[in-house]
Amino acid sequence: MFEGLTGKLGDVFDRLRKRGTLSEADVGAAMREIRIALLEADVALPVVKDFIDQVREKAVGEAVIRSVTPGQMVVKIVNDHLVATLGAETPPLNLAAPAPLPILMVGLQGSGKTTTSAKIGLRLQSRERKKVLMASLDVRRPAAQEQLAVLGRQTGVATLPIVAGQGPVDIARRAIDTARLEGYDIVILDTAGRLHIDDELMDEVARVRDVVKPVETLLVADAMTGQDAVNVAKSFHERVGATGIVLTRVDGDARGGAALSMRAVTGVPIKLLGVGEKVDALEVFQADRIASRILGMGDVVGLVEKAQEVVDQKEAEKIAAKLEKGSFDFDDLLSQLRQMRKMGGLSGLMGMLPGVQKIKSQMANARIDDGIIARQEAIILSMTPKERRNPDIIKASRKQRIAVGSGTTVQDVNKLLKQHQEMARVMKQMKKLGNKGLMRHGLQSLFTRN
Amino acid sequence: MSEKRGWLSRLREGLQRTSQRISDGITAIFTKRKLDEAALAELEELLIAADLGVKTAAVLTQTLAKTRFNQEVAVEEVKAALAEDIAAILAPVAEPLILDPARKPHVALVVGVNGSGKTTTIGKLAKMFKDDGKKVVLAAGDTFRAAGVSQLQIWGERIGCPVVARETGADAAGLAFDALEQARNERADLLVIDTAGRLQNRADLMAEVQKIIRVLKKLDPDAPHSCLLVLDATTGQNAHAQVEVFRAMTQVTGLLVTKLDGTAKGGVLVALAERFGLPVHAIGVGEGADDLRPFEALPFAQSLVGLEP
Repeated sequence: MFEGLTGKLGDVFDRLRKRGTLSEADVGAAMREIRIALLEADVALPVVKDFIDQVREKAVGEAVIRSVTPGQMVVKIVNDHLVATLGAETPPLNLAAPAPLPILMVGLQGSGKTTTSAKIGLRLQSRERKKVLMASLDVRRPAAQEQLAVLGRQTGVATLPIVAGQGPVDIARRAIDTARLEGYDIVILDTAGRLHIDDELMDEVARVRDVVKPVETLLVADAMTGQDAVNVAKSFHERVGATGIVLTRVDGDARGGAALSMRAVTGVPIKLLGVGEKVDALEVFQADRIASRILGMGDVVGLVEKAQEVVDQKEAEKIAAKLEKGSFDFDDLLSQLRQMRKMGGLSGLMGMLPGVQKIKSQMANARIDDGIIARQEAIILSMTPKERRNPDIIKASRKQRIAVGSGTTVQDVNKLLKQHQEMARVMKQMKKLGNKGLMRHGLQSLFTRN
Repeated sequence: MSEKRGWLSRLREGLQRTSQRISDGITAIFTKRKLDEAALAELEELLIAADLGVKTAAVLTQTLAKTRFNQEVAVEEVKAALAEDIAAILAPVAEPLILDPARKPHVALVVGVNGSGKTTTIGKLAKMFKDDGKKVVLAAGDTFRAAGVSQLQIWGERIGCPVVARETGADAAGLAFDALEQARNERADLLVIDTAGRLQNRADLMAEVQKIIRVLKKLDPDAPHSCLLVLDATTGQNAHAQVEVFRAMTQVTGLLVTKLDGTAKGGVLVALAERFGLPVHAIGVGEGADDLRPFEALPFAQSLVGLEP
């Protein structure tokens, strides 16, 4: 029931693919499934209806019926339409204005405004080489201003000194004045969380907007938001006028239908994604990536990017060189395991791969979890350097020593040895496929074979 | 008595907007209409739009169809029937949080995803039990988030509860251990332990809570006596995954539902009650210290469909 939009649509299209041709009834069935899947993914009902109507119109057309692989055609139509609805192009943050350029952060309580403020501050300071000042206008939640101050210290982004008893509008004014005097390029104004139906507080944030005239007003919204996303986005947009949406907690397992809903009802582009608790976990929104993830093609592009960021280039080159020679020893496996952990462990990796949902349930059944990586690491660390380089010398008594040393059993050690053999074999295959081929087909075939 | 009317009307106010939307919709569907297929489909969609979820919405409309299909039905009648059906699902889970008087203290561990409102809810919960004459100790276990500790300390000052705290970045399990020792020495009735927000798909962070629980058990094998999951009512169907994983990993004993003073609310609770049957101890309807309410099935269901409780 909860395998996600990816899995749902995957099932539907599997069925479509198995048939040679596509009838109106087939499309109808597919659209019913897509409707349910979108609703379960928290896409708002009116948005779902429009989406289905538009896709149905295209799908029942002749092009589909005459095409060789109707299933793929439908996938393409749905995907294209998803991308179009999400916004095919992501405009960057608008930084083309005289300094100090104000950015106003708004949203519901707990949507992640303060963390996102710090992430954006850090990004603009480190990537755009801007001098950034952050100020918290949240005088309501206990320690909210302190939270931003602490995040400022962590990120090295300046924050406005806290003056007790000052109201939001005054703080905003003081922030702009300070920025002007001290030569800041950008001022990020973090506001208190507020309900979109709280007239008093919505007026307050509108007053702040009138005073500072922000170049960017970013609506911060939780990716887990349900049907209410349309109301929230609509109200904030009408009252304050958003120029962009930041979707947070995209690293969770929510299906993120809220993205589709908010974009569709406001037309405001989603600009950034919050993808973790760390201050650098901010990514540029890319519609095609999200759409293909929704459609069960997996976030392969994202995986590649993330891999590039995290994987130590030198390490990778060393392994590549070994692969050239056809040798892949336990030192290599160890560095692989460690890089895997950096990428968010097995579960983090799996979330980005195609056909994941099936594997995930298989994993749950097989009781595979991220703890395995830690145990395998321990086993390798209990091997001598010689053993790591020449796994062939590991016989019974060495196995026993390794098991004791790593707090595991001989069976675990055997399993790892076998897995290493298997991986060495796969590594050779991967070499044959080449990098591009691997990302296109390789991973999927590797994971779905069993 | 005025106090009591105060909170009832505030609850109703909080739910009003949701009610208004559902109720407007229902009125629109059934004025001068038979309860036919199209009307049922629209009713189902209204429930879906309130986050009840596809399945629960379908079940509720089918129940309605069984008894009243093709009849000329008055709006009020449909509302009452719907409220009754929803209340029947919710009634078994409407249970207040009851402290075990034999425990000194009763240990309540509060968990949930980031931004769900754990710390604020703990402040309100502590106020509620303190007003009831209980001795409450708080543990500032959110040692991850910047100023997470200070936030709870300020709540502690507000309501006059001691707060056991360490610096940000400290080990939450160690802090919980100290807090339980201190609460024991002070013969407190209730110890509420705050935790950092964590997404349920982060196995490493879930293991961290399990560690807190393990450590607590060293002092009291039955602790925590309550494990409360804080759910944001704005959350859509991901609430299912949250309850499922937190329940499996941390033996959640009950739910606290926050932010019910906004728009589309409550819907997912119906589905959660059906699927998990976990008690809903209280609901949050605002940011004030008194904005925590007992969860009551019938008024909630009635408010949800736009009937006066």
